Formats: sequence, structure tokens, C-alpha cells
Amino acid sequence: MATALLDLPEKEYILPGTRTCAGCGLPIAYRHMLKALGPKTIVTLPACCLTILHGMYPKTPVLVNAVNNVFGGTAASASGLVAGLKALGKDDYTVLAMAGDGGTFDMGIQALSGAAERQTNFIYVCYDNEAYMNTGVQRSSATPAGAITTTTPVHPKEQPKKDFIQIMEAHHPAYLATTCSSYPLDLYDKFSKARGISGTRFIHLAIPCPAGWGYPTKDTVKIGRLAVETGVVVLYELENGVFRLTGKSLNLAKTRRKRPVEDYLKTQARFRKMTPEQIEAYQKAIDERWEGFLNRAGL
Amino acid sequence: MGAKILTGNQTAALAAKLCRVQVIAAYPITPQSKIPEVLSEYVESGELHAEFVRVESEHSAMGVCISASLVGARAFTATAANGLAYMHEQLHWAAGARVPIVMPVTNRGLGAPWTILNDMQDSIAQRDTGWMQFYCLNNQEILDQVILGYKVAERLLVPVMVCFDGFRLSHTMMPVDVPDQEAVDEYLPPFRPAYELDPERPVNINPVVMTDPIPGVDGRLWPGYMGIRRRLQETLESALDVIAEEGRTFGARFGRSYEDPLYRYRTEDAEILFVTMGSLGSEASEACDLLREQGVRAGVVGLRLFRPFPVKAVAEALSRVPRMAVVEKAISYGLEGALATEVKAALYGLNGARPIAVNFIVGLGGKDVKPVDLCEAARRTLSVESHGNAPLHPVWLSNEI
Ligand SMILES: Cc1ncc(C[n+]2csc(CCOP(=O)(O)OP(=O)(O)O)c2C)c(N)n1
Ligand code: SF4
Ligand SMILES: [Mg+2]
Repeated sequence: MATALLDLPEKEYILPGTRTCAGCGLPIAYRHMLKALGPKTIVTLPACCLTILHGMYPKTPVLVNAVNNVFGGTAASASGLVAGLKALGKDDYTVLAMAGDGGTFDMGIQALSGAAERQTNFIYVCYDNEAYMNTGVQRSSATPAGAITTTTPVHPKEQPKKDFIQIMEAHHPAYLATTCSSYPLDLYDKFSKARGISGTRFIHLAIPCPAGWGYPTKDTVKIGRLAVETGVVVLYELENGVFRLTGKSLNLAKTRRKRPVEDYLKTQARFRKMTPEQIEAYQKAIDERWEGFLNRAGL
Repeated sequence: MGAKILTGNQTAALAAKLCRVQVIAAYPITPQSKIPEVLSEYVESGELHAEFVRVESEHSAMGVCISASLVGARAFTATAANGLAYMHEQLHWAAGARVPIVMPVTNRGLGAPWTILNDMQDSIAQRDTGWMQFYCLNNQEILDQVILGYKVAERLLVPVMVCFDGFRLSHTMMPVDVPDQEAVDEYLPPFRPAYELDPERPVNINPVVMTDPIPGVDGRLWPGYMGIRRRLQETLESALDVIAEEGRTFGARFGRSYEDPLYRYRTEDAEILFVTMGSLGSEASEACDLLREQGVRAGVVGLRLFRPFPVKAVAEALSRVPRMAVVEKAISYGLEGALATEVKAALYGLNGARPIAVNFIVGLGGKDVKPVDLCEAARRTLSVESHGNAPLHPVWLSNEI
């Protein structure tokens, strides 16, 4: 059963006043994630915008234990937490590894692949804002084609986004899901479910970023929704080999009301240089992927 | 338990077992691979209760050890050469995070070009990471210094590399006196971390720190980056005394004292001293005997500690000798061997009482170093009449083309 807004735990694990930019999608998601995972969570994180959210020594607004680690080592750090806690008989902690797209799709891939292959008992979340935001909006392999970044300033990125979720699926994790900060209940349900499963759980979390994407800070929730409504982001989960569309994506599949990608692209300055041909190509790629999902879901 | 005949690698693994390590992470690299192999057997046969994480890289091996240690487990890994270089970022992190990991390094040369054979370029290149570095003369010292390493590391919250020569020790059988488990347990009680994880009092470990101190919620000032890093340096400065103290206790319990950071051989009346590290001390000692037969009063000073650097002990040991040959298996390219530089720096305060020094680079990439080669080094050093005549550059002692 899907959780209703009023059923969410009241306990907050992030105090007001984090250091993320105004309108950032990250704290919205993190707030609901931690509500689902509870106080016996220990999170490990690399350098990224999440580090900034966690605050500067000696203060932190986050009410779970956190272990910072090097940029490419998040899944290894999580493996160490899991091994250390197990060796000490502290089996009741949930180990959460959380890194950005750069720290996952690019530099963190080796450690994550290793940890997933070892079937490490942890939840790995890649929050994806589609560039290296912390260092000033440089291109990552998660940046979609057509986006302007500070390292693709004149000619927008030519290559499409790496299909990292498929790479993770090929590791056959115990649980795999995608979600988005604009759908906190979908997100909450997936983390609640993940918490109750043991083994490697991978969650891809789409996070709109006003500073890096170029849209008004008030529109974060709307932009995330547009990403889902246009099929740029598809909400699903994969458990025991069973694929399921969830939430808004399931709804779109049933109503066949997916919106054209242009509705999403035109809201953000980073796509301002996209040509009609590029938009058409992007639309085609999204439609093909979407058909694939419909087939997998048997819809 | 008594004497056993063991390779250096078997010794290191056995020492880890005696220390009851709780988390092991390891990745294979020659000449270290046997250490995790032996430990795997201990763990799989139930002789050792530990979590064994067979990681996909050395970068991750150290990442696993750091986080396991942070939650309170005694963590262990071992590596060499390119594996150690691959860890470099994590080595800094481990020392900054103040985790008492102990890691044997089976010293090996670094590529390019590839060599799997012994020199000390790998660990010497990591000297500034904030780790303590112990060097071993023989397999007995490997066993002892791993145990001593945990004792000191957990007291100071600084990680320790126990460095020993690849193949020359790692693959060579030697008699090792192995203490009973109970005796080790008594010397090295279970690791008690400085704090316990508590969900009621969550902490953010190793976050971003500012340059200047910032007040906490309690209104007190908390250190900035330099403050935190100065504490690491102060701890390493105090480490010499702590190592001496624990080394003395070790001697009282096990009959082999590590109070003296130096291995000394026939130094009392020496007119020339070999200054070296690791198993080279053995060859240098043999060379001394040969030289003394020929009427040359030679001696050896071998450093068991490179970090913290035993400045006083080195200065005292060398202040009265007229000449020294600093013989080492690593080089700071563009200058000389790091040992030579540091030994000379240790003598700086001695008001002119400094020996004539010649630096010899030997044994790189497994090149054999025979006692006769060292006799040649001594002769060359003895032929230098004054400081002004000492070679400007290190002498490469090899019959290379
Ligand atoms: C080894 C290493 N290389 C580079 C960096 C610099 N760095 C810090 S954060 C960051 C970008 C992070 O991007 P991402 O993971 O996508 O997270 P975001 O900042 O976008 O939230 C980079 C490149 C680093 N910390 N370590
Ligand atoms: S750069 Fe983007 S992701 Fe990072 S804190 Fe700002 S809005 Fe959030
Ligand atoms: Mg990013």
C-alpha cells in the first residue's frame, strides 16, 4: 500500500537551515529518505553537494551518523562500515551510501561495482543532478546530450547520458529502484521497502538543481514532475526479477498521457542551444526507452 | 608457541591473527599476495573470526579499513608497490581520520618499467601521508612490529605501515619465535575506539572544516583545518616516546625490546658507519665483519623507524663517527635518497660535528646487494678526505650498463 502524506513519520532527521542552494531538490529527497530509514542509519558520502548539506565542522543539521570519505570510495567505505558493524555484532544499523552522479557514474563506479558484486548488505543511492555541481557545473557522464555545462560551454554535450541504471541492473542487486525528489511518497515507499531487504540495494534518485540547470528556484518540484511526465525520468522498481512501474509513471503508462520532452527542455537554460533536430532525436530515444518499459511492465 | 620456520608473509599473516584483527580487506599484488591468502585460510577454517572483504582494488581496501576502524573494528590490510601508490589518496585520509590501521608493506619497486622485485621506493614515497613507518630487519621483527604496531597505533590513533623487503623477507624462511595467544592478548587488549557510535548523539565524521576555528553549539571554539592537522603532527612528535615505552614493555614480555629505534652493530669504536634500513642491515653487518678482518673499523646503524623520524637517536649515534655511508633502496629523484637527506638534517644541530657522508643507491628493482658491494661503498667513503670532496650526487652502486 502506498503511504499517504499524513502517514509519514513526524520525526525529522534534518534540522532547518542546510547549506544547499535555495530551491535545491536534494534536501527534499534526503528528508523523506531519512524518515523511511530511521535513526539507526549510518550514511557514508563523498565530496559532493550532499557534503555541503551535511554542514561544516563542528555543526551538522543531520541527525544520523555520517562518515565522509574520498570522492571515488563511497561504496568501499560502506563495505567497511558493513564489515566493521558485523564484526562487532551491531547488526541493527542500516548502512546507506549516497553519492552524486559524478561520484557514481564516473569515479565511484569501480568501488560500487565491486561492492555490488560482493553482494554487500547496503543501500546505495545515486542522487543525480546531471553534472559535477559542487565544483561548478562541469559535465559528467550523467549529463544529457544537448546540455550546456561549464566544460561544454559553446558546444552543448554531444553524447547521451550513460545508462548507468542498466549497468547496475546487470549486477543483479537484491533491489533496484528509480525515484525523484518531486515524488516524496514514491521515494519514501521505495526506501521503506529497501530498508527491509538485505543485500545490495541500488536506488537512482533524480534531483533537479536550479543552480546548475538554470530555472527559477520556485520551480524545483515542477521541473522534477515534468521530467517524469515527459518520460525523461521513469519511476520503477525491480525486485526478485519483477519489474514494476510505480507512481506517476505507472499512471502515465495507463493513461498514455506522456508529454512531449520539449515541455521539459524549454524550462531550463542549460538546453537553450538545442536544435529542433536534437530535440527530435531526444524525443525518439525517450519514446523507444518508454516502449521498452511498457513491454517489461506488460502494459 | 615457540620457534617456527616462516616466510615473512606467513609471519605477517600470523601476526595479524595473533592480534585478532576483526576486518581484513585485501587485494593481491606480488610479493604481498600470500598474506591475504594465509589469512583467508585462517578465516575460512574458523581459526580467526574476522570479516574478510575481498575488494576490487587497493583504493577500496584502504577505504574498507578506514570505515571499519571508524565504527570500532581492528582493521588490517597489506600491499606493495603500485598497490600502495593506488591507495595514496586513502593513506592521507586514514591518517587524517586518525584510524589505527596496521598495514604490512612488502617493499617492491614501482613501474614504469614493471618490476615485481624489491626496493623501498613504494613506502618511502608515502612518507608524508601521516602514517608511522616501521622497517624490519628480519622476519622476527615483522611479527613483533605488527603486534607493537597495533599497540602504538591504537594508543595514538595513527596508522602504521610495517615495511619489509619483498622476496628478501616476504618469501624467505627464517626462524621466528612466536608468542602464545594469551601473551599477545595480555599485551594487546581488544581495540576500544575513542567513541562509540550512538544514534542519540549523531556525529558527522571528517566533514568540511574551515580555515579558522568556528564556535560549536556549545559556544566553544572548535579547530579549523590547521588545528586538526597540527594535532596529527604533535601526536607523531610524541610517538617516539610512546614507541620507546611500548617497545620496552614488549621487551619485558617477549624478550625482544624495541625501545631503541635503531638497530646497531659494532658501532662503539667505528670509524665508518653504514646507515641503512630494513634487511640491508644484515648485509651491512656481514660487510662490517669482512671490513674488520681487513682492519677497517666499520659498524651499522639501521633505522627501524622512518616516521616518526628518530632525530635524536640518529644524531647521537652518528655525532662521533668521522664517516658514514648512507645505503638505501630508494631515491628522491633529482636529489638523493630520502634517508641520506634526513640523516644529514638530523645532524644539522650538532655544531659542525658531522661525519663525511656519501649516499649510495643500491638494490633497485631487486638488484642483488652483496656484502662485498657494501665493502666497496665503505672503501669509497673512506677515500673521501673532506666534506668538500664528497660526491655531490648519490653514487649508484650497481654493475649496470
Ligand atoms: C579524487 C578527486 N577528484 C576530484 C575531486 C573534486 N570534486 C569534488 S566534488 C566533485 C563533483 C561532484 O559531482 P557529483 O558527484 O555529481 O555531485 P554534485 O556535486 O553534483 O552533487 C568533484 C569533481 C575530489 N574531491 N576528489
Ligand atoms: S548546486 Fe544544485 S544540487 Fe548542489 S546544492 Fe545547489 S541546487 Fe542543490
Ligand atoms: Mg552531480
